Amino acid sequence: MYRFILKRLGLLIPTLFGVITLVFFMLALSPGEPARVILGERANKEAVEKMNAELGLDKPMHIQYVIYLKKVVQLDFGKSIKTGQNVIDEIKARFPATIELAIFSMILASVLGIFVGVISATKRYSFWDYASMFGALFGVSMPVFWLGLVLIIIFSVNLNLLPTGGRMDIRYYFTPITNFYILDGIIHIFKTGDPKVLGSALTHLILPAVTLATIPLAIIARITRSSMLEVLKQDYIKTARATGMSERKVVFKYALRNALLPVITVIGLQFGMLLAGAILTETIFAWPGIGKWLYHAIESRDFPAVQGGIIVISTCFVIINLFVDLLYSVINPKIRTE
Amino acid sequence: MNPIKIFKAGNDAENNAAESIWYENWLLLKKNRSAMFGLYIIIFFVFLAVFAPVVAPFDPYLQNIDLRKMTYFSWPYILGTDDFGRDILSRIIYGSRISLVIGFFAVSISLVFGSLIGLISGFYGGWFDRISMRVIDIMLAFPYILLTIVIVALLGPTLLNAMIAIGIARLPQYTRIMRASVLAEKEAEYVEAERSLGVGNMELMFMSILPNCLAPIIVQATLGVGSAIIESAALSFLGLGAQPPTPEWGLMIASAREFVSNAWWIVTFPGIAIVLVVLGFNLLGDGIRDVLDPRLKD
Repeated sequence: MYRFILKRLGLLIPTLFGVITLVFFMLALSPGEPARVILGERANKEAVEKMNAELGLDKPMHIQYVIYLKKVVQLDFGKSIKTGQNVIDEIKARFPATIELAIFSMILASVLGIFVGVISATKRYSFWDYASMFGALFGVSMPVFWLGLVLIIIFSVNLNLLPTGGRMDIRYYFTPITNFYILDGIIHIFKTGDPKVLGSALTHLILPAVTLATIPLAIIARITRSSMLEVLKQDYIKTARATGMSERKVVFKYALRNALLPVITVIGLQFGMLLAGAILTETIFAWPGIGKWLYHAIESRDFPAVQGGIIVISTCFVIINLFVDLLYSVINPKIRTE
Repeated sequence: MNPIKIFKAGNDAENNAAESIWYENWLLLKKNRSAMFGLYIIIFFVFLAVFAPVVAPFDPYLQNIDLRKMTYFSWPYILGTDDFGRDILSRIIYGSRISLVIGFFAVSISLVFGSLIGLISGFYGGWFDRISMRVIDIMLAFPYILLTIVIVALLGPTLLNAMIAIGIARLPQYTRIMRASVLAEKEAEYVEAERSLGVGNMELMFMSILPNCLAPIIVQATLGVGSAIIESAALSFLGLGAQPPTPEWGLMIASAREFVSNAWWIVTFPGIAIVLVVLGFNLLGDGIRDVLDPRLKD
């Protein structure tokens, strides 16, 4: 077991090294001078040269690369061209918003997805089964950005129930402590007894979370159903039924536990995807997370910010995937020897 | 005829056998009602795309300041008009050309190059395999949505670049699938038999092993067209794909974003077109998978 973990951890470092290398050269070789982005198209040659020297861009490419590597290892991604702030600080300030959104979406997708999948499998070929599986197919066929806008049209514009974007009603002044607004809202209640902040945070979270949850929900429902069908065929389920155990107990205590194995893997992998998938959702709902920030950085060709953002998101993605792999090998020892 | 050739794929008896396998598969697929429904949807949109100039009631670029944001069912603008007075139905019909072409070519890029790399890697192994697998691992370390956005941002925001970016970002999946099936297929007895008869590497690789590895790739490609259509629409939505005034579905949704409060139909109808077309490819892809790989059924 330890050898397996060590082997997987050993693979992590070259992969991350490759990610950083690829990101560096992709952006370094791309057209467009950062100095011109800062100074404007009409800046004279001397000013551009001076700015290049300041940014370290006058050095040969391989030297720049080595310097960049050294800095990245210390989590220094340089300063944003647009704002002049440290990229890592900008990321830190926005990460909680993205994590909060991703966690709530994933809870929603997992709970609903497993529920729908189990019901579909136990009532196979029923109306409910067909309806939910068609719904799941519909879910994966939908563009997220369109779904987000349709939800805004229905729930914000027509029914006037939920806000169209942002994380918090601007009327409420409060100092964020954790930057997870749900947590902050709860802390606020303890401090002042005022539930409005929590309420506002929750209502702002609903639409983006539902939008982001749709695709994972559909995938989880489908995988749960097929995994459950597989398990329900097994002999030990027949044995359990033969003992006269109630069907509910057979399904939830025996079948579901075993069927959840592949589902857990999918949930983990989807969570990694959500961090990146949030780019579209955050843009639509003006959610001040890392996805929306990265999108604006790409748009304004803010190279240090783009590099830093991609490296941070990909690193999280790789680590989550590794964690899922390890978790899976703990639950299912067969995989370790393969 | 050369006696060796008798044992090779390519003579009449085997060709007939191969044909009948594909024919049998088609018969199985025909029985799958949801797969056929998906196929009909695709055929319908291909028809719209091909005959767009005939089917579309108006010129998709024709602006009419007096008829801005006409609501749906306002004859003769069945789905209404957008903020420039352009007929939405006509724009959706012309948009099917763009989406289908992009979906098809993006998948072709990843299909051709991805499978080729996978085939060579799996067949020869060695340094090529090690290097390509390392690169694929690194590519898979990026969430592919992010990889697509970065590639297109570097190449420049055009439809062609969006297509290339989607093709590149999805390529690792095809390589992995191909390589895995080649590795399994390589050990089969028929490969050994052909080798002992002196069949060359190239012929073995492309004529014998490749056809036997196609099933999972075909499934992946069919489902891939649907996702490529969604991704290209998403890129256009973010301003990284088609540029105005192109009647691209994602772009149509993006440019109508500010009117969600008073003209919902401009946003809604192009999205329904995307959902329908992608649903078609997903239904067909699921059906093909059930036929080609019955183990994965349910």
